[in-house]
Amino acid sequence: MHLTRTARVVLGVLMAAGLAVVHVPLLLVVLNSFNADRSFAWPPSGLTGEWWVRAAHSQGVRDALWTSLQAGLAATAIALVLGVLAAFAVHRHRFFGRQTVSFLVVLPIALPGIVTGIALNAAFRTVLDPLGIGFGLFTVIVGHTTFCVVIVFNNVAARLRRIAPSLAEASADLGARPAQTFRYVTLPALRSALFAGALLAFALSFDEIVVTTFTAGPGTKTLPIWIYENLARPNQAPVINVVAALLIALSVIPVYVAQRLSSDSAGGRL
Amino acid sequence: MAEDNVPDTRPAPPATAVRLTDLTKDFGTVRAVDHAELVIQEGEFFSLLGPSGSGKSTLLRLIAGFESPTSGRVELAGRDVTALPPHRRDVHTVFQDYALFPHMTVEQNVGYALRVAGVRKDERRARAREALATVRLEDYGDRRPAQLSGGQRQRVALARALVDRPGLLLLDEPLGALDLKLRQEMQTELKQIQRTTGITFLLVTHDQEEALTMSDRVAVLDGGRIAQTGPPLEIYDRPATAFVAGFVGVTNLVRGAAAQRLTGRPGTYSIRPERIRITPLDDGLETAGPGERSVTGRITDIAHAGPHTRFRVRLDEGGDRLTVLRLNTSGPALPARTDTPVRLAWDAADAYPVPG
Repeated sequence: MHLTRTARVVLGVLMAAGLAVVHVPLLLVVLNSFNADRSFAWPPSGLTGEWWVRAAHSQGVRDALWTSLQAGLAATAIALVLGVLAAFAVHRHRFFGRQTVSFLVVLPIALPGIVTGIALNAAFRTVLDPLGIGFGLFTVIVGHTTFCVVIVFNNVAARLRRIAPSLAEASADLGARPAQTFRYVTLPALRSALFAGALLAFALSFDEIVVTTFTAGPGTKTLPIWIYENLARPNQAPVINVVAALLIALSVIPVYVAQRLSSDSAGGRL
Repeated sequence: MAEDNVPDTRPAPPATAVRLTDLTKDFGTVRAVDHAELVIQEGEFFSLLGPSGSGKSTLLRLIAGFESPTSGRVELAGRDVTALPPHRRDVHTVFQDYALFPHMTVEQNVGYALRVAGVRKDERRARAREALATVRLEDYGDRRPAQLSGGQRQRVALARALVDRPGLLLLDEPLGALDLKLRQEMQTELKQIQRTTGITFLLVTHDQEEALTMSDRVAVLDGGRIAQTGPPLEIYDRPATAFVAGFVGVTNLVRGAAAQRLTGRPGTYSIRPERIRITPLDDGLETAGPGERSVTGRITDIAHAGPHTRFRVRLDEGGDRLTVLRLNTSGPALPARTDTPVRLAWDAADAYPVPG
């Protein structure tokens, strides 16, 4: 498409403005986590690492970080297993309701978190309570898994569609048992898709708050929940900025790496 | 027992590499393979020839085990393998898209069959190098498939399928993606490798010239059925059906009233264009010899194709059109303009009757 010089300049400016609206506030949060002035006066009177030190020593922050890591890692691990199984089922086999299964697996990511949250809350109350399992880390993990599965499923299903079916056939043709074909041919072809899916799933779980609110017990605080609960306390404000900056970093890095991985493999490697 | 001591001096009957018995494959309502019967002897270079959709690839996939037949039986080396999965059949395939494993080196690709069979690594490497040498790629073991040209990938696929000397090698349109010159080189090379290894080759192709030049025997497929099986020359000279006559080489199929006019007999006949002699009508030299048929007509089309020229001639009597092929050797001047009146003549025996 050919654009005039003016059009290109105008569109460029608009693009920059749009991106600025999204990202400048984020940048401010990161900057303020180093702002020496307690009231975040602008421009900062000086830079300090004090808030980071304080955050590092805060038991609340440390507990919340640990909880978030546990929830994210566990949800990602379960999602990997379930997502891969579901993707293989839908890709390899033709069965009644295949499209429906595919749709139902992906649905949770489209549903509003608050609906998923309420529904899971009610379900846990009815099913788990009588079994003596209360709300806690376990219920958070189950809640996060519902949408982490989608990410893994989508990544793996997309990759499976791109792998030439003749590769698995060639492997079997050369004498490989199904397990050997999976290990030597299919899994290596899926590896980067699995890694990308896992990173994205972890990032999603790490900053999730709505579903977490409804599935966490009173003692289970993830990082986002901790921020939310401490927002109202003015003396915690600097530390909140630090935690927010941490959340940004831990979410951005996996997404960036995942994107690199998927675009790498989309290139002419086959 | 006494008989055991008597040496058996009779020549062993040729062993059967493939036997297909009443083999049928339906995909939904479409019958891809229709009651196929086929026997391939050990050590043969055999081709399945047919247009796309004739069922030749499905037949290949049934033999490799990627598809299970709707009915019928597949035997390899005398053993019924109909119910066996691909990895338990002594067959390797060279795929149309080569299907090289992109994450492995060339050497790992070639050694794959040995790896899954549990062969030790050093022996695996030695045999992979040996197989690469037979396709003249001994220096390419460390490359990735993506770093090779189409012709090189094709040879790697061949080495990979030959590394553990399978009883049968299936080749699914292996030369289709190569350009003409490379294709002709590979035809010679494939034939050479087949001769030196003695492995039974089963080639699937839609290219009649490829099938004719490379094979010991050819089966022509037509709509899922095997229309004719035989040596290349027999298929060309004595086609069993009108379809075979038309698909294998170019021919003039004449039927009905035209057959009556041109051969003096009812039925359907195939007259190969190169068997028809074409001469200018006004030279006064040519008349029909004994046992020859002769007609007159006018040239409607001329196509020069290097070594030969193809004419379309509209006959004066009945208005039928015949294609004539004339080699551009030295000889009497040939009619070179359309609308030139010409005489066509052929040996009566060259009008070969075909059913249907």
